Amino acid sequence: MTDRTMDGRVSAIAGLVASPVRSFFGYFGDHATMLGKAILWLFRPPFRLRLFLEQMEFIGVGSLPIIILVGFFSGAVSAQQTIRALSIFRQERLVGATVGLSLALELAPVFTALMITARAGSGIATELGSMRITEQIDALTSFAVNPIQYLVTPRIVAAVLVMPIMTMVFNLVGLLGAYLFSVKLMQVDVGAFFEYFRFWTDPSDYLQGAVKAAVFGISLSLAACFQGFNVRGGAKEVGLATTNAVVAGSVSVLVLDYFLSDMLATFFPYQS
Amino acid sequence: MPPDPPKSSSPRPSDPPPRGGGPAPRTTPADPKTGRVTGRVTDPVQIAIRGLHKSFGVQHVLRGLDLDIYRGKINIIIGGSGQGKSVLMKLLMGLLKPDEGQILVDGQDIVALNDVEWAKLRRKYGMVFQYAALFDSLNVVENIAFPLIERYHLSNDEIMSRVRDLLQKLDLASVGGIEQKFPAELSGGQRKRVGLARALIDRPEILLYDEPTTGLDPVATKNVDDMILRASQDFGVTSVVISHDMASTFRIADSVSMLYDGKILVSGAADEVLHSGFAPVQEFVQLAGLLPGGATGGGAPGAAAAAPAKAAGGAGAKAPAPASKSGASS
Repeated sequence: MTDRTMDGRVSAIAGLVASPVRSFFGYFGDHATMLGKAILWLFRPPFRLRLFLEQMEFIGVGSLPIIILVGFFSGAVSAQQTIRALSIFRQERLVGATVGLSLALELAPVFTALMITARAGSGIATELGSMRITEQIDALTSFAVNPIQYLVTPRIVAAVLVMPIMTMVFNLVGLLGAYLFSVKLMQVDVGAFFEYFRFWTDPSDYLQGAVKAAVFGISLSLAACFQGFNVRGGAKEVGLATTNAVVAGSVSVLVLDYFLSDMLATFFPYQS
Repeated sequence: MPPDPPKSSSPRPSDPPPRGGGPAPRTTPADPKTGRVTGRVTDPVQIAIRGLHKSFGVQHVLRGLDLDIYRGKINIIIGGSGQGKSVLMKLLMGLLKPDEGQILVDGQDIVALNDVEWAKLRRKYGMVFQYAALFDSLNVVENIAFPLIERYHLSNDEIMSRVRDLLQKLDLASVGGIEQKFPAELSGGQRKRVGLARALIDRPEILLYDEPTTGLDPVATKNVDDMILRASQDFGVTSVVISHDMASTFRIADSVSMLYDGKILVSGAADEVLHSGFAPVQEFVQLAGLLPGGATGGGAPGAAAAAPAKAAGGAGAKAPAPASKSGASS
């Protein structure tokens, strides 16, 4: 085998290895660049308060019915499964504490993020994708309006602000679902339900949930904006971008959840 | 491949015939030493494009394009699909950056501008997009007023007065309840006119049209042509129109340039281009029904019918001067 043939094969193999690595870092690099620009444009005039409020209305208020519905049944089903497990030890009275804690730390922020990804994330990706293929984003640029500042910044900021609020709503409604199932259907003592809940949950648990929710807000809105903003082609590509936005948003929420739980456990150590 | 163009004494595209048969405007001179162009605001050439290259991966779309855009005239750039017309438009708007070459707007090279400088320059421009690109979430008034709201702190009364004035001038005021309608509720022609109103509201010096008659029926096409003419005459703007609608082109153009193979193949008055003798031009106009098959000069009944106003007033209408062919030299 000649040296030239050998070199060719080595560079081909190196190319095969380098290509996915480059794509991987390129993908995250492009997201980071968009996020960086969105943050920079947040502090540069003009400040369009109307756009922020519109997005908060769309992402937050618009998602309220689905959050309430999912929250109620999530709380109820958590209580159902918890009571089944606790009944082995005859400790059904701990259901309020168990469901409250799991809602505050995991269920509320994660389920809220998944619901908002499905509803608002897909909406954002579709809207921006349609704007891209119908040249509305180019039109913004032609009027000297920065499209990142006009379209992306308000959506990310709105998601960061409303996600903790929606998570708290999920907590409240979830607890209501757990209460109704446990106390009204399974005859758990109402005093024990609330007393153990009060004893075992701290405000810091809700703070951890809120921090997670805010970070999820960044990741899901960034994924949606990125996919929508970078659509090239037509209706098929807009559909693809919407699917990608939901998949990327959901996966990012679940992956981030693990690392955030780990990190937050350092800042808020468990105290019995 | 196009045939070799005849040698021209000037490597630059020829000047368009001024309306009314006045003296031909000057073109922007190039520095003989550096080859760079230094335009002045008083020049009849408002935009001078020199040696423009643009590639997308292995696809070399523009290959050293040279073009002059004349102040206050209707400059139409024709060419087949995929020849780079829309790319050229996006380069003019700064939505894309060229790989090489100069674009001088009133003598200022816009290629190297930063975002802040571009934001200032864009106030000179208005753009009418192919499908109007109206903002779906805004109604007609909000769409038209968008540039004013974004750029100035004007009172609502002043904004509404300017919007209504434009609606009147563009024959939109008679459409019932137009002000509160959303883009989805408008017809294709109405959308184009609202798009034009939005582009005109801040009184731009240069108006870019990206295939304005695409997808319109003949009546709507005629209306859009009239609209372009009126915008040019009433507002005195420099119009740059990207089109492959030959009938429209020869009806309203002051200057026609054909983009072919990444360069301007031929440029000049409509009649000059029509009789330039280039195979791609002939094919284009024959397929559009503007020339009888095989005709390369002399009478052009189709064109004459299509473009009576412009061809009759143009310098090349009766005794056409040879259009300059820049394809080989650029």
